Amino acid sequence: MKKHNKYQTEVTGAEAAILSLLDAQVTDVFGYPGGAIMPVYDALYDYMDQLNHYLVRHEQGATHAAQGYSRVSGKPGVVFATSGPGATNLITGIADAQIDSTPLVCITGQVHSHLLGTDAFQETDVVGISMPVTKWNIQVTKAEDIAPAIAKAFYIATSGRPGPVLVDITKDAQFGKTKYVYEKCESIRSYFPCPKVNEEEVSKAAELINNAQRPYILCGHGVLLSGAEKQLLDLAEKANIPVASTLLGLGAFPPTHELYVGYLGMHGNYGPNLLTNECDVLIAIGMRFDDRVTGNVSKYAKQAKVVHFEIDPSEVNKIIHADVAVLGDAKEALELLLPKVKSQKHTAWLQKFTDCTKVEFEKVVKNAVNPATEKLRMAEVIHQFHQLSDGNAIVVTDVGQHQMITSRYYKFNQPNHNVTSGGLGTMGFGLPAAVGAKVAQPNKEVVAVLGDGGFQMTIQELGTIMQSNIPVKILVLNNNFLGMVRQWQQLFFDRRYSFTEMKNPNFVAIANGYNIKGKKVTERKNLKEALKEMYESKEAYLLEVVVENEENVFPMITTGASVSEIILE
Amino acid sequence: MENTYTLSVFTEDKIGLLNRITIIFTRRHINIESITASESEVKGIYRYTIVVTVSQEQVEKLVGQIEKQVEVLKAFYHINNDILSREMALYKVSADALKENELFTRIVNENHAKILSISPEYIVVEKTGDEREIKHLFNDLEKFGMLEFVRSGRVAITKPMKTLNTFLKEVENNSKTTVKHFNN
Repeated sequence: MKKHNKYQTEVTGAEAAILSLLDAQVTDVFGYPGGAIMPVYDALYDYMDQLNHYLVRHEQGATHAAQGYSRVSGKPGVVFATSGPGATNLITGIADAQIDSTPLVCITGQVHSHLLGTDAFQETDVVGISMPVTKWNIQVTKAEDIAPAIAKAFYIATSGRPGPVLVDITKDAQFGKTKYVYEKCESIRSYFPCPKVNEEEVSKAAELINNAQRPYILCGHGVLLSGAEKQLLDLAEKANIPVASTLLGLGAFPPTHELYVGYLGMHGNYGPNLLTNECDVLIAIGMRFDDRVTGNVSKYAKQAKVVHFEIDPSEVNKIIHADVAVLGDAKEALELLLPKVKSQKHTAWLQKFTDCTKVEFEKVVKNAVNPATEKLRMAEVIHQFHQLSDGNAIVVTDVGQHQMITSRYYKFNQPNHNVTSGGLGTMGFGLPAAVGAKVAQPNKEVVAVLGDGGFQMTIQELGTIMQSNIPVKILVLNNNFLGMVRQWQQLFFDRRYSFTEMKNPNFVAIANGYNIKGKKVTERKNLKEALKEMYESKEAYLLEVVVENEENVFPMITTGASVSEIILE
Repeated sequence: MENTYTLSVFTEDKIGLLNRITIIFTRRHINIESITASESEVKGIYRYTIVVTVSQEQVEKLVGQIEKQVEVLKAFYHINNDILSREMALYKVSADALKENELFTRIVNENHAKILSISPEYIVVEKTGDEREIKHLFNDLEKFGMLEFVRSGRVAITKPMKTLNTFLKEVENNSKTTVKHFNN
């Protein structure tokens, strides 16, 4: 509708905010209006043809949607919310984005600047509240400061190790008049987002790798963020190094490749965990040694020399001491490393992983994907879904047993197709994140795999799906329990199931209430057909699969145990 | 093993940045023993001096987290041997001290302190020194009736260090060559 005339003398601060987003190449926004952000929404009314806004049902949903959007597109997710409760509702999503390095630009309305600090209606100190969970934030009280703040926000959110930023704009700044000038921000004096790769360190890394008998690559989210999938593949193939992935790194390395050995962590694969304590050189790329990956740190890879490729200097030596640290962008570093690495075989070492895979298949996988139980098991559902979609769907998970099962049994053939809440473990993440992912990749199939608990934490986002016609598929694995907590209660709290049993509603009826088709499956014989119907539906679709109530996820590294003490049953 | 470390943090001038920095300590359950902030020799750049008692490993991680903040230019940590540091203290004692004028004056002089103000009810003594000297004078003056006592945080100058201006030139050159955008 409206085209901004560059020679136009003045615009409102609110319009400057919208124009800044357009100049930052933003096409989609997730948000919820309210008093203090009304001028921005009013300005948006004139730009609806250029900026798609998705009305969520709760501001937390907007942040998760923006996260899902970013994770599958590489673009920053943008969120609008009003002051007070609108702003505080963003905090969970912002914290999730911070710990999972996801670029978000959150724009919140704030009360008039003369009311700041007076406990005005819907006033909260969102800059103060969000400080520990944002990469950067700012409060803007003048119209002319809005465009520079937004330009800076995009630069900070997307550069170096990405993260969430928040721009809080007072209502008078939104109403104020200013000349609109957008200058893209490309550097900040005090901010060094990406260290320059030091060639000397790269040579030291190459020397360790070339002399290794049992080298082992751990690939993390940083590989995806950097777009270093090809370089990782080249490195692994050149020196025949086994590659394991963290939860957020899934998809960075082809799962069917003979050098791919599996998934790391508490419920990861047997070999990748066990053999961490047998490698002689551990090559960590774009990962931060989360405690779910390391288990007991004092018994983690003590025998190995550690090479850490990392963009964020504060991550080096934070958990695991690095013998060689290569700071900088993973892609750039690996490109420099590649010519220095010698061709190797490592046949016996690779065989160890193959042996472990066999053990795990016999003890765990076989029964999980092809169980003799009367009730369905989660793994067989995910396994069948994987086969049906050929590992090519964008799969968004929530948090809990279904998430671990999906990470184990869905083989992500493509990068940036795995969307999950890793570091923060935010239940309620899945459904809104799937909404955002589908908005970003409308031509891909997006399936939200949810547990019955997490689904109900943000179930209202079915409304967003309905209103904006977003054909997201929802696969609910219902065990009528908060399954992961129940598993821990069984194993470590003497089966005292304290408040983990769920009395659930009729999920299909709820979906129908939102005009979303749905089906419930309880029997094995109906599973395949039901999955197919869900997957091939042109519209949003909910499939509830009732599964075994008290199923445990194995293997498992119990609290305080070492990775080599991983148990299979 | 824990040690006393003095951190020097150079920052841009921005509302809320001090809060961002203190959160890094509180989140790790580390108490800040003293903190001072003022403009440095370079206009627009602020210098925080923060004193903490932590392990070497902890102080390294703290500095890493502080430097990660967008508006922090650089952070350093020092052991006591590497710095010259001072605190200032003000002591308000009862004017009764003048009844023992000779002793009182001797204590003030021997401690290299000075009398800032005298009124019918009280005397204010000013002292600049290290923590130990300030405590020493406190003990000496206490017998006259200590009405109020206040001390500043530590301010410190490091012995070997590049000038801030040289450092700034370096980072400006670096930041131009290493900027990389995250995109698809």
